[in-house]
Amino acid sequence: MADQVTMEVVGRVAELANLELTEEESVAMVRDLNSILGYIEQLNELDTSKVEPLSQVTELMQVGEKRLREDSVVASLDRATVMSQAPETDGVFFKVPKVIER
Amino acid sequence: MKYTEKPKTLKQLRAEIETGTTKATDLASSYFERIERINPELNVYLQLAKDRAFAQAERVDGLAAKGGPLPVLAGIPVGIKDVLVVRGIPSTAGSKILKGYRPPYDATAVEKLEAAGAVVLGKLNCDEFAMGSSNENSAYGPVRNPVDPERVPGGSSGGSAAAVAANMAVATLGTDTGGSIRQPASFCGVVGVLPTWGRVSRYGLIAFASSLDRIGPIAGNVRDAATMLGVIAGFDAKDATSVDAPVDDYAAECERPVEGMCIGVPAEYFGEGLDPEVRSAIEDGIAKLKAAGCTIKPVSLPSTKYAVPTYYLVATAEASANLARFDGVRYGYRSPSSENLAGMYRHSRDEGFGAEVKRRIMLGTYALSAGYYDAYYLKAQQVRRLLAEEFQRAFAEVDAIVTPTAPTAAFKLGEKTGDPLAMYLADIYTVTASLAGICGMTVPCGSTKTGLPVGMQVLANHLREGTAFRVAAAVEAV
Repeated sequence: MADQVTMEVVGRVAELANLELTEEESVAMVRDLNSILGYIEQLNELDTSKVEPLSQVTELMQVGEKRLREDSVVASLDRATVMSQAPETDGVFFKVPKVIER
Repeated sequence: MKYTEKPKTLKQLRAEIETGTTKATDLASSYFERIERINPELNVYLQLAKDRAFAQAERVDGLAAKGGPLPVLAGIPVGIKDVLVVRGIPSTAGSKILKGYRPPYDATAVEKLEAAGAVVLGKLNCDEFAMGSSNENSAYGPVRNPVDPERVPGGSSGGSAAAVAANMAVATLGTDTGGSIRQPASFCGVVGVLPTWGRVSRYGLIAFASSLDRIGPIAGNVRDAATMLGVIAGFDAKDATSVDAPVDDYAAECERPVEGMCIGVPAEYFGEGLDPEVRSAIEDGIAKLKAAGCTIKPVSLPSTKYAVPTYYLVATAEASANLARFDGVRYGYRSPSSENLAGMYRHSRDEGFGAEVKRRIMLGTYALSAGYYDAYYLKAQQVRRLLAEEFQRAFAEVDAIVTPTAPTAAFKLGEKTGDPLAMYLADIYTVTASLAGICGMTVPCGSTKTGLPVGMQVLANHLREGTAFRVAAAVEAV
């Protein structure tokens, strides 16, 4: 299969991923993603049309029904502790740059 | 200069602390001295936690002075991979984006170690967000292998493996998503355990790929690793995916003979790409298991060659979702050049993440994006089931499976950094167990002619850690 990842594709995916890549980074990304996806192509050798996807492995273990925890209110981290790690805060809310331009 | 040094065993240290021959505070001091002497050269620790360590050591000494009883890890100096949070101690996950972050809570595994008396010395270097196989992706510089400082310690838990190999901790916690405990432990000549997925709570682990991530111990010998796992394993209401099943007495399993056990050897792990010296060391190990009374049986795992591509789709897809949380809003780095909210997200992430992390976020986002989801992500999940089912069929016939842990011994710094795909292939023997969710470990098994350690991977079915420990103890004994 021909290289499927172009500069345009990298630009669109970077936007989805909230990344802003430099020109240099984008060029390297085109090269690396095509190389990795070329290697991944070999999965098409396998016929998986009748295989159910497996998203995680708990179903394969003999551990019985999942026990759900009681739905009750318990104490969690206090606001001051959490806010102490925020880049910008007024002590109650996280502060961020302007969302809507006027 | 020689950096490698075997730590005393847990049993011996605990006996010394119990009888008062060694004080926990003196032991912690001597470890900090050693770390301060050699860390500038090996770059194993990113952060020391002296106040916390001495407070804990003093508690242990107080208990010992009163005649005990002492908990199982009383006074034992341990180190923690930097992707696990420790309250108040800077935790960066090896990334610039979390520089200076002081977590407001403790990971469950860390809390359990401390409740058992362990003394946390500090945080260990690793590949950024545990993404890497050489520890060269850390934003804080690579770790050097104590066996040969020109070589990588493996990754991503490079600091955790090197710390034990250089006696900068008696045991450590690492994490393993595609081989990140087993491969570095193998490269550094120590024991590294991959518990069953869900066996150890992931609460407080900075997530990479949630359906694959596991926390496990690295130690200087099999019995110490068993004791460590016994402490951190078990159900935790704070991790909805933690498994609610009894925890076996792993240390006792190490003492059971292996005579009569059936050991599977998959040909797929001995093919092209396997270094001849590694092969020969593993074959010697298998011969020794046979001499100890095991039946050696060929098993077939035909989808093995599809494991690396499958892994790199599943892991990167999950990573792209997990790493969306790093946006400069609630914690971590915020770019000063942000004219509006969207720009702030993008600049913070672009300046905060390293090249490999961006590469994986991009690959994962691509694999999940409209039009590609079925061809990549769904396909990978289907192949994942095939791989998992092959292991289930194999474990119907054998108790455990043994393979090389990695295709080569430790490679040189810089050798693979230019080629991401070549680096991914360093995980070729470890990603299978990661996808299948089964447990296993690496145990030292000989060395190359130039003295580089070789590790044997011992795999067992879900929740059969005891079986893996039993086999590994037999490999270690010979």
